[in-house]
Amino acid sequence: MAMRGNLRTFKNAAWLGWQMESNWTDPFLFATYSIVKPLAGTLILVFMYLVITNGETDTLFFSYMFIGNALYMYVADVLFGVTWVIHDDREHYMTLKQVYIAPISFYYYIFGRAAIKIAITSVGVLFTILFGIFVLGVEVSLVSISWPLLIVSLVLGLAALCIMGLALGGITFLTAKHGQGINEGVAGIFYVLSGVIFPITILPTWAQSISKLLPVTYWMEAMRRGLEPGVISGLGSTTGLDGMGNWFLMLVLILSTIAFLFISVGIFRLADKAARRKGKIDWTTAY
Amino acid sequence: MSDSWIIRNLRAIRGRAYPRIVGSSREPSWVFFDITLPLLTVAAYVYMYKFMDAPKEFVGFVILGGAMTAFWLNILWSMASQLYWEKETGNLSLFLMAPVSRMSILAGMAVGGLFFTTLRAGSTLAIGILVFGVSLSLSNPLMLIAIFVTTMVALYGMGMMLASLYLLFGREAYNMSNLLTEPVYLVSGFYFPVRSLGFWTAAGASVIPITLGLDALRQLFYPSTGAQYAFLSIHLELGALCVLCAVFILLSKVSLDYMEKLGKTSGRLTLRWQ
Repeated sequence: MAMRGNLRTFKNAAWLGWQMESNWTDPFLFATYSIVKPLAGTLILVFMYLVITNGETDTLFFSYMFIGNALYMYVADVLFGVTWVIHDDREHYMTLKQVYIAPISFYYYIFGRAAIKIAITSVGVLFTILFGIFVLGVEVSLVSISWPLLIVSLVLGLAALCIMGLALGGITFLTAKHGQGINEGVAGIFYVLSGVIFPITILPTWAQSISKLLPVTYWMEAMRRGLEPGVISGLGSTTGLDGMGNWFLMLVLILSTIAFLFISVGIFRLADKAARRKGKIDWTTAY
Repeated sequence: MSDSWIIRNLRAIRGRAYPRIVGSSREPSWVFFDITLPLLTVAAYVYMYKFMDAPKEFVGFVILGGAMTAFWLNILWSMASQLYWEKETGNLSLFLMAPVSRMSILAGMAVGGLFFTTLRAGSTLAIGILVFGVSLSLSNPLMLIAIFVTTMVALYGMGMMLASLYLLFGREAYNMSNLLTEPVYLVSGFYFPVRSLGFWTAAGASVIPITLGLDALRQLFYPSTGAQYAFLSIHLELGALCVLCAVFILLSKVSLDYMEKLGKTSGRLTLRWQ
């Protein structure tokens, strides 16, 4: 019975999220908007690359960088999506207090809203990868993709990101509007330390040690091995994770997801309690 | 235009700038989030250039561009979107009733925003220079100041203009700001010389003052790279920025009057949730 109620909360929150994300404009403009933004973000890197290589894109590193950046959209958007629920409902629509006291599971509400963000991001990721393959010659072949590895990694990675987002959402309860910087910052940590657009071996040794503690590092590697196995095997030891088998990567992803589940729920509860005590559940800070 | 009118409007500028300046000191968490953490994204680009063995000037280009993103984000989220947010939070009707020029309110927003954004950008630049050991040339400080000041005046003039236009977008304002982030980073050449996009693309992107400002700052900080990477000469860019200053401040007045007129005839200007 409780599960049915939670699923209804999830479904309604997802529907609400979809309406909030999309009903400000017509479907065509929304589709364009959903594609232009991620594509522009990727093209920044492409031009940075082209300026240095004088237009050469037929390299393993270009494919490595392009795919990593496309997949990173999930990291940034999912983390942002979860915390933005708190910020937007509290500061903009001022409905957080109503949602908060409603007889529903707040977790299901947040994850329902985040689910729609994942769906929209998936469209951007897919379009960017297709653009890379067909326009820029990124090395991804349908026949060489390791589908089981790709799908399992994708599901585990998205679950881990949602769970991490929950911790950040808890912290957002306690921060003013600057709190949006949390998403930018944490996503930035992953961007620089998780081998998103360059192999971690270029980092100083101490930074590489931190990289190997971050689940996103293993997620990126697993996703790349699934999507572009030829590129990863071609780069060999340059990636810094070549000695690890696929099963080991999966194990790391599963264990880190479970660990983050406990840590995130703990942080969220602590922050929630502190926000109640300080009367911050319904404050606004738009100065 | 009496003395008291001028003083009242100067007070309005100070009054609107005040919460932004004071707000930043009352919520010190922004120091960590807004200065230290964005540097990580810049660091990622630096390491990417390093991995590709790019000329060392490119590390400086990225840090400079990364610092300047603070201004563009401030324009989008704290200038352009601000009147829309004021409407949603109920302050806009108070601003419109106040016996001051609306331009003073916008100017106050700009002054306050410029203050804390300059702190953020300056800190990002300083930390980036220290961490990555970047050296910048300061051979022409007067021109450097002139370029920075004209870029900021033109940019915040653009922000004042967008603030009125965004009111017309309603709920599209948030999405518009989102949409104008990465594409502007791309066409304005925040992380690579804008010249590499081709002359006409760079010329089109020059409508955004930060395009010319960044290109000129790069030339001033790295005089030896000018011939290879510069879009236009520094003097030409300064001239174009002066023109943009005048155009955007004029357009901000025009768009503000239009928005106010539209609000009076439709009676929906301060209506929330539109």
